[in-house]
Order: sequence, then structure tokens, then C-alpha cells
Amino acid sequence: MGNLIDLIRSDARYEDSLKACMNCGICTAICPAAEFYDYDPRRICDTVQRGDEEQVEKLLREDTIWYCGQCMSCKPRCPRGNVPGAVINILRKVSQEMGYYKESRMGRQQVALMAGIGNNILEIGYCVHPDKVRPEMHPEQGPAWEWYIKNIKEVAPKFGANYHGKGAGALREICPETMEELRNIFKVTGGMDFHDAILNGGKDD
Amino acid sequence: MANRYWNEYQKNIADDHYYYERSCIRQTFFPGSETAFLKMMQDELGKDIFDDFRLHTCTGIGYHTDVVPLETTMTVVARIFSLMKERGYENLVPSCITSFGVFTEMCHMWQEHPELLEQTRENLYKACKREFDMPKNIAHPSDLIFKYRFELAEKMKYRLVNRFTGKPLNVVEHIGCHYAKLFPDKGVGKAEFPYVLAGMIEAWGGHVVDYPERRHCCGFGFRQYLVQENRGYSVSNTKKKLESMEPYEPDFIVSNCPGCSMFLDRWQYTIAEMEHKTYDREGYGIPVLTYEEMAGLLLGYDPWELGLQIHQVQSERLLDKIGIPYDPKQKYNSASGKILRAPEKPENLLV
Repeated sequence: MGNLIDLIRSDARYEDSLKACMNCGICTAICPAAEFYDYDPRRICDTVQRGDEEQVEKLLREDTIWYCGQCMSCKPRCPRGNVPGAVINILRKVSQEMGYYKESRMGRQQVALMAGIGNNILEIGYCVHPDKVRPEMHPEQGPAWEWYIKNIKEVAPKFGANYHGKGAGALREICPETMEELRNIFKVTGGMDFHDAILNGGKDD
Repeated sequence: MANRYWNEYQKNIADDHYYYERSCIRQTFFPGSETAFLKMMQDELGKDIFDDFRLHTCTGIGYHTDVVPLETTMTVVARIFSLMKERGYENLVPSCITSFGVFTEMCHMWQEHPELLEQTRENLYKACKREFDMPKNIAHPSDLIFKYRFELAEKMKYRLVNRFTGKPLNVVEHIGCHYAKLFPDKGVGKAEFPYVLAGMIEAWGGHVVDYPERRHCCGFGFRQYLVQENRGYSVSNTKKKLESMEPYEPDFIVSNCPGCSMFLDRWQYTIAEMEHKTYDREGYGIPVLTYEEMAGLLLGYDPWELGLQIHQVQSERLLDKIGIPYDPKQKYNSASGKILRAPEKPENLLV
């Protein structure tokens, strides 16, 4: 086996995600991403299962693996108990570790996601927060959202929220001790190195 | 015989003493729903549920956008379990469907791979000097409302019935994908017959609409929404659902996932503005409620304290059908009663 196949199969999720694909294609039939993009989870599982290093490397450098929406509708449908959506998680991880994600348009979006969601977690302790859903970046949120953001300090308490307050409650400021522990977890488990690597352009080939 | 088979589709939901974990998405878009849920559990049902200020994100959105590694998410989850242990609780109630899926997945992996559990224990101790146990029970808040739906019904002032026709309201229920598609045996009714919301609707007098795309994803897609240029994926999937449910003339949609509730609401506005198309007859759109909002309204909670005014599809016509009173003057007031200028009106969607 080559390095990429070894890396993929060494992921703890692999055993549960790809047992023995028989190429029936029900994952593709149910897949919302396959309806919208030129995307075929059946072919991805087949490529990974065959273990052809060259084909897998090609896959890791392409847009394809970034099309999945992680709904996991494939999981309960697969007659063999495979999880194509989790195979995607493994492929994306390896693509980022190898720096291949930079070669595809969709892959490069990881930089924006890290600068958004990744930074949110490390800076404020939440993945999403109203302060980060700016109306000018989210026209689809509509005028009701714009009104809420404009008046959030005065309106949020009406809903029982504790906007930027101390103590418990929705939208509370997360205390410094908690943030320190959260960041320590990222440091100890490799999350911080991964965060910095993606924001700094990742590993070169 | 039928009951015996149906019993296999039920899940074990703890009776009391819950540790509540708030949701990044729900608190952002539906803070009134979390408040209403705690009020129902504590005031209406007399249950012990703890809201801990020391919690933080489960990293679920980061995990599914592949910007947070598995080992990191596992250890973050372990810290949450550690806090729960420290507070003396064993039953976890995560507000978010993504968190529910993440907690379930991590526990599953630890059970299947004990070496990962050991590694996580080491990581957590190294990072935080903490120890943890896995929860005895993980239930989504919608599981708890489902479990106690008949007790809540006894306290409700209103039913899901059109007061003008006397007929049950047509309700579309949407289950978040990560509720039962990830681990089917962790959801009421499993992935095939999800009953957690349908059970509430039926118990409270409504009619559950069955339509072809009932189980299709709302289209969040994590990176497919969060990256602006990919949002066509997200709106297309919601549009597919809306087109499929339109002929059944739903009075409203209810969802147990914070993301789904928001997308099914906002994409109706987007489609109305882009294509001049709404999925009701009058041009107002189909109101979308969280299950806490649905339960809260029937219990007589104030619609404006639940936060219905920060949905884009407005709900007054639904409130009128049920017979729920509301004060239009209070709708856009601040918490202190100050009159705030109302939002702009959309160009096409009626409000």
C-alpha cells in the first residue's frame, strides 16, 4: 500500500465507514449534493476501496471531495452499512494534511472556513454567534435579521438571552478560564497547529 | 403485534436530572426557544435541568466543515462530559441536532475503539487536568418534549386546530438529518419513521402532512452554506422541499434542528425576492416554528418573547387561525418597552 492509502485507512473512522462497497449507488441516489453538483459518492467509495494510489491522489487534488454537504443521508440507506459522508471527512483531512486542497477551487475554501468558524471557536468559544452573522454578508437573512442585529442589545433580553453577559444563558460571554481550557485542548490535540497551517497556506507538496 | 414492532422504534429517554448544553445556532437565531424549553422543563414539568455557564461550543460545525480534527472534537466533547460529571449529572441534553450527532458519534467511537477513549482521557488531563465519564443518557430536547407531550397538553391553552373551520392544522414536520440518520437507534422512530415531532403534532390536535420530500435535507450542507459562493446548494435543497410540500397547503412547518428552522424560513424570503414565488396562496410564505415555539405558543407564552418577530416569514396569520392573542404594538418593542423602528419590509414577501 502507498502512503495515501495507509493514511486513509489508519483513520479511526475508516473501519466503520467503508466495509465493503458493492457499488449499488443508493448513496448517490439519496445524496442532495449529487443532485446539485457533478458529484457521485458511489464512485468515490469505489476509488478509495480499490486503493489505487494514483487515483486517490487525483481525487484529493480535485473539487469533488468538497461537494458533500455532510447531511449523512447516505448512512441509513447503505445496505452494507458504509458511510460515504464519513469517508469524505477522512479524504478531506488527508487532502489538507498533504496540502492538496490548495489545488482545487473548492478545496481552497477551507482557508475562508478556518478564518470564519475556526477563528470563532478560538476567539469566542462558539462556532456561530449573531455578531458574526453580519447582514451585509448575509443578504438571505432578510430585513428581520438586520433589525435584530441593529437592536440586539435592547431586544435579546426580551427572549431571555444574556447577550455578552456573565454567568449562564444564551449568547453569554464565555469566561476566560473556559476559553483557556478550550484553547489548551486545541494545542494538545493538534487543532491549533492545524488551524495555523491552513491559515498560513498549509504544507507545501 | 403492531405495538411490539413499534416498541423497537422507541428510544430510552431519561426521566429527570438533565445537564443542558446550549447550541451555537439555536442561541444565535432562536434564543427565545432555549428560554422556553427551560421554562417548560422547570416550571411546567417540575424537572431538574442544569444550565452551566462554563460550557462552550461542541465544535460540531467546525468538525463537519473539516476545520477541526477528530481528536480535538473528541477532547472538547470530553471536557463537556467532565463538567457534567463535576455537577453531578449523567443525562446530557444538547440543544443542537449537530451537537446531538457529535456526542453520539464520539461515544460510539469510544465504545468501539477503547484506545481512542484512553487517548482522549490523556489529552483532556494534559490540557485541563480533568477526568470524565460518558453520559448514561443522551436525549435531544425534542425527545423530552415528545416524552412529556401529554403532560404538556394538559397545561396547554390552545390546540393545533383552525378555529374558523374546526379542522386540524396541516403541519409539515422536518427532522434534522443528524437526529436519526447518523445513528438511527438514537432517534424516536429511528431514521425510517421519525416520530419525535409527528407525535407532538398529533398529541396537540394537528394533522401531520406526508409529502414526497419529507426526509430530504434542508440543504444546510455546512460548507455549502457557510461559504457564500456555495449557497446555491443550500437554497436549491430547501426549494425542492418547498415545491414538494406546496400542494398540501401546510399551515406551518416545525423542525427540531436550529439550522433547518432558520433555512426553511430564510430561503422562502430569498426565493420570494429572487423569483417572486411564495409557497402559500396569499404571498406571506409558510411560517416556520421550532418545536419549542410550537409548544410555547400552545402553552400561552407571548409570541414576541418567544422571538417570532425575528423570523422572516411572519406568523400573525397562524396565530389568528389558532386563536392566540398578541399585541401588535409590542412586537418591535425592546425588552424595556422602548418603541423601536420596525424592520424594512421585503419587496415581495408579504409581512
